[in-house]
Amino acid sequence: MRTIIPFGPQHPVLPEPIHLDLVVEDETVVDVIPSIGFIHRGLEKLVEKKDFQEFVYVAERICGICSFIHGMTYCHGVEQLMKIEVPPRAHYLRTVWSELSRIHSHLLWLGLIADAFGFESLFMHSWRLREKVLDIIEATTGGRVIFGSCKIGGVRRDIENGTLREIAAKLRDYAVEYKDLGNVFLNDLTVKRRLCGVGVLSGPDALGLGSVGPMLRASGVAQDMRLLKYAAYGGIDFAPVTAEEGDSYARCAVRIGEIFQSVEIIRQCSEKIPGGAIEIKVTGLPEGEFYARTEQPRGEVIYYIKANGTKNLERLRVRTPTFANIPPMLKIMTGCQLADVPVLVLTIDPCISCTER
Amino acid sequence: MIESQDFRETTPERLIGEVQGMRDAGYRLVQIGATRTEGFEINYSFDRNLEFVNFKIRLADNTEAIPSISGVYWSAFLYENELHDLFGLNIKNIHIDYQGHFYRVARPAAFAEKPPPPKIKRAVKPTAGTEVKET
Amino acid sequence: MQKSPWIIHYDGSSCNGCDIEVLAALTPMYDVERFGVINTGNPKHADIFLITGSVNEQNKAVIKNIYDQMPNPKVVMAVGICACTGGIFRECYNVLGGPDKVIPVDLYVPGCAARPESIIDGVVKALELWEGKRRKRTGRESIQT
Repeated sequence: MRTIIPFGPQHPVLPEPIHLDLVVEDETVVDVIPSIGFIHRGLEKLVEKKDFQEFVYVAERICGICSFIHGMTYCHGVEQLMKIEVPPRAHYLRTVWSELSRIHSHLLWLGLIADAFGFESLFMHSWRLREKVLDIIEATTGGRVIFGSCKIGGVRRDIENGTLREIAAKLRDYAVEYKDLGNVFLNDLTVKRRLCGVGVLSGPDALGLGSVGPMLRASGVAQDMRLLKYAAYGGIDFAPVTAEEGDSYARCAVRIGEIFQSVEIIRQCSEKIPGGAIEIKVTGLPEGEFYARTEQPRGEVIYYIKANGTKNLERLRVRTPTFANIPPMLKIMTGCQLADVPVLVLTIDPCISCTER
Repeated sequence: MIESQDFRETTPERLIGEVQGMRDAGYRLVQIGATRTEGFEINYSFDRNLEFVNFKIRLADNTEAIPSISGVYWSAFLYENELHDLFGLNIKNIHIDYQGHFYRVARPAAFAEKPPPPKIKRAVKPTAGTEVKET
Repeated sequence: MQKSPWIIHYDGSSCNGCDIEVLAALTPMYDVERFGVINTGNPKHADIFLITGSVNEQNKAVIKNIYDQMPNPKVVMAVGICACTGGIFRECYNVLGGPDKVIPVDLYVPGCAARPESIIDGVVKALELWEGKRRKRTGRESIQT
């Protein structure tokens, strides 16, 4: 017998509203129909009202989790259009803040997934560790979730070299705790029972359905937009973290691997950062069209910027990683057990306010 | 490093063929997005190992029929429903067609409205010696 | 405090910033659960309705619905500048403004994003308001009968 079960928009595992119609046969989900639009604000249209320098603030508020990378991608796009050479020190600082965002976002996700499979103390532990990263962010930018430190032509605040080295040292200490936390996720029997073999996505499927970020890398495809060498990534030595199995466990393992990778990238930045200015004066107006692509914690984000030489951009289009990850989510949910739905929704690391803009 | 921006022009008639070519060559569908200009522009973006390719269609208005590429890339239905709801574009044969109920918004097809004309950059300030009239 | 307030949280159209700060207030660093504050998913269990983000056409009915289901006395808290006035998004075509366009709001916690400390402060103030409302309804001084 077929039944349709509505899931959301207000649901205990969902911090954000999304609505899914789950078509179930007994306990098995046979079809999923998503509908969105609860958080649609239409902020892409705000470019018509706010000038292009002011819009950085709006871009940062597309999402409160990957906020810094949103702002940076927007700045990167406009800078490329206007042919602005950002000082190298600003590039390194942007890299440091991006990686701090990635660590806090992945720890946040680990907490949420733990909550989704019913391990509440693990949720609390992950978020306790996340607070320490937020302290570093607050000390360097003044904000906890919205940094406001990126601007067109550079960054607003500097971090002294000594402080940077301190941050790297602190993170090295925290990495020991991350290791313990990661051990629970990767080796605990009950956790493995909930994650191993659940929601398997093969490599060709992942590519064909257009998935991005950890979702794609957990299926064995080594794609990472940081390899495009925006910001300071050209001078950093790193390789994408991948896994082969494509199940929920693999996605969890990839994200845990990326936390350590980010710690390592920040260490390299603290050693390689050059001196000099952190911003340059911006003159002129943008003209032309450009696709800026960067890697967020959730995957590849795209900013399409089209400008016509006035203060207001003609069009800004943002394609966020969660939007691209919805089709693979539908794919892995068909055929799953109803009880696994919360875990599967969370393995794509959904960020609905990004998706609907 | 500046990423190369490869823009190629195409037409609604040639679209399916071009997209099938990209699929066969192993490209990933990155996004579909539209822009309101004098008419409409639709961009289809693809990626293969960081090699980024764009196809652009230009339309005079949003009543012109465009074939859906959801038969080639299944995941395209999300983008195409979005284009229909936000821009009012007429996309034919989407395999999951929400009939305008994907984004339920206050104003349908708000993005199809023309952007206001660019603002005048500087307000005219009264120069010295100008008489300011009381109103 | 005489009573442990239970909270229901609904995300209007916030950017997530305030939502994760609300969640952060529950976790060990801030730990509002030590005051007996519980984040519940069921409107009929809740005393305080905490809304983040602004209201749009789509979620107007959802917010009204949750509010109507909550038992009296109840307190509504708008957290974050978007929930107070619409914030940076007030000019967006799909944003109506704060939740006070739909239901009566008792308490505003500004900030972008609102910090966990101010959210906790807001909850404590909400409790006082709740207590006032209870006295007005029952005419009794204490919660015990």
